[in-house]
Amino acid sequence: MTTPAVELKGITKRFGAVVAVDSIDLEIADGEFFAMLGPSGCGKTTTLRMVAGLDFPTEGSLKIFGDEVGTLPPNKRPVNTVFQNYALFPHMTVLQNVAFGLKMQGVDKSAAASQAREMIELVQLGGLEDRKSSQMSGGQQQRVALARALVNHPKVLLLDEPLGALDLKLRQEMQGELKRLQRELGISFVFVTHDQEEALTMSDRIAVMHEGQLLQVGSPEEIYEHPVNRFVADFIGQTNLLEGTIEDSATVCLANGVRVKATSSYSTGAKVALSLRPERAHLSMRGDGASDGSSIDGVIERMTYLGNARVYSVRLDWMEVEVREENRPGAALYEPGTEISIHWDPGAVWVVADS
Amino acid sequence: MTAVEMPVEQDVAEATPEFEAAAARHDRRRGFLLALPAYGYLVLFFAIPLIIVVVYSFATRNRFGGTDLSGWNLDSYQKLGEPIVRDILFRSLWLAILTTVICLVISYPFAYFLSTRSPTVRNVMLVFVMIPFWTNFLVRNYAWRVILGNDGTLTKITEAIGLGEQELLFSQTAVVLGLVYGYMPFMILPLYAAIERIDHRLLEASRDLYANGFQSFRHVLLPLSMPGVIAGSILCFVPSLGAYVTPEILGGAKTTLLGSYIVTQFLTARNWPFGAALSFVLMAIMLTATIVYFRKGGRTL
Ligand SMILES: Nc1ncnc2c1ncn2[C@@H]1O[C@H](COP(=O)(O)OP(=O)(O)OP(=O)(O)O)[C@@H](O)[C@H]1O
Ligand SMILES: [Mg+2]
Repeated sequence: MTTPAVELKGITKRFGAVVAVDSIDLEIADGEFFAMLGPSGCGKTTTLRMVAGLDFPTEGSLKIFGDEVGTLPPNKRPVNTVFQNYALFPHMTVLQNVAFGLKMQGVDKSAAASQAREMIELVQLGGLEDRKSSQMSGGQQQRVALARALVNHPKVLLLDEPLGALDLKLRQEMQGELKRLQRELGISFVFVTHDQEEALTMSDRIAVMHEGQLLQVGSPEEIYEHPVNRFVADFIGQTNLLEGTIEDSATVCLANGVRVKATSSYSTGAKVALSLRPERAHLSMRGDGASDGSSIDGVIERMTYLGNARVYSVRLDWMEVEVREENRPGAALYEPGTEISIHWDPGAVWVVADS
Repeated sequence: MTAVEMPVEQDVAEATPEFEAAAARHDRRRGFLLALPAYGYLVLFFAIPLIIVVVYSFATRNRFGGTDLSGWNLDSYQKLGEPIVRDILFRSLWLAILTTVICLVISYPFAYFLSTRSPTVRNVMLVFVMIPFWTNFLVRNYAWRVILGNDGTLTKITEAIGLGEQELLFSQTAVVLGLVYGYMPFMILPLYAAIERIDHRLLEASRDLYANGFQSFRHVLLPLSMPGVIAGSILCFVPSLGAYVTPEILGGAKTTLLGSYIVTQFLTARNWPFGAALSFVLMAIMLTATIVYFRKGGRTL
């Protein structure tokens, strides 16, 4: 087994009474694009800062390529950071910014300058070497920050919401760019974001955090298809969560008494929620099909037109759910008030713990 | 993936419509009117007296201690080269520079420390920095006389810890001590204002980029706080150079400084032309220092 690039064991960070990070265990492999995902204030930045050495853990062990780095200062760690708001040095030109790390490591002036120029070329900012960082657009500053970190050939690159300040178009462009750089360089990128779509499209693996705790780590597919609990199911993509109890290993009894087929390993009587993604549910007029354990009755409440799809809000006995129907030619239209049933393929639902 | 498009450089004059230029002209005129009282004040109390000083510096002292404005000459300026005068000039410069450097070295870490505290702590500490201003400058200088003098607090302490009787009063050390004490807040406040404005994350970024603590200070904190260093140094250096009260009270006969010497010329020696020449030289030094500093500072601002 190869040594992980970053290894966290029981890492806890407290700020006074606030527990920012709560006993996290995590391994990030070498060469992996790893995303840390979670809502604002869940401890993503704090975790990243501990890896960078900008904050020290209150408890736990932190290793980079097998070496315990616990309280090593940031300048002694083989990692570099792209900061949330870039943190470019305003009194330096682009070239000076990028060459800074090399200069601090004692690389001689001309070598540092030529390496920095190369890196500036790589992030496609050639010709802007002598600009002040304040004279650059957001996207350009982003690239400078990237070049400034990468020029040092870190073993791990930490990125704290690097695309947060960019508009959608630029963001998508930079997503591709980051992915390309990561593949070319073959080092691990640890990428913090609160945008689940970004995490899903870019990462090899994702860690979902909530209130300082690590809820789930897995590939985008695992996280999307098999979330471990309500929070993850709800946070990654959109879903309907129908409460119920486990009847046996293949059946869940929903809150209104309807039994549906769903395999799970929870014990009988356990309170669970059935996750039904809007795009995996379909509508049909009621009575078209007998209840086969993969459907439930409801009434159309309203419809939202999205262009490529229609989203129906459907009232069930005890809650409302959303169903997304692709806008195909000839797709059936349902008026509000229509009595319909929602059905799905067996296996399209997933049972999560209701907590 | 295409490179980000560069914004097209536009000619500013071309982009500004005529009415905008007219509005700018109007703004300037109104700005001038608003500044008029201040201009008047400066002309009346600064420019005119300055001219009088310059005129007097070229005049001659007559036998009865009055001033002859008829025969203009450079006698007073030649007198500046005399050893006794030159000593006083250099001593004043040296002590002012020493005071400024000591203030800077002590204030910088303090101002940095202050900027990293919580807002409440900062405010409380800033009040402490300013408390001395609530007492009259003269009174504070006399207080130092009590501390440093014969049988003063300092002597008692040095005797108690076995260093024997140490008397600082009426020495250059006492003067520098008094000046540092008096002008330290003028250094701390602008330094604090400059350091406090610096984004703390820039220091973290430099540490992340392999700078050690000192390099981080040298390459990021210091250059970014330069405006504060410059402002604080001017505010310390200028009054130290012309100091009168502190050297009078804490210094002795061997530590005559420019301020006292000028006063002597006007009041005791009744040599107004020479006093005026000295004043003018003092002002010229201060002005040069200020201009040099602002020139350098302008680039880092
Ligand atoms: N220096 C600090 N002192 C006190 N509390 C802090 C400090 N830094 C972070 N916290 C707290 O720790 C928790 C986690 O903060 P963190 O910055 O890691 O969140 P985040 O996941 O990065 O959020 P965001 O997406 O908004 O950037 C928050 O509750 C925050 O208030
Ligand atoms: Mg954050």
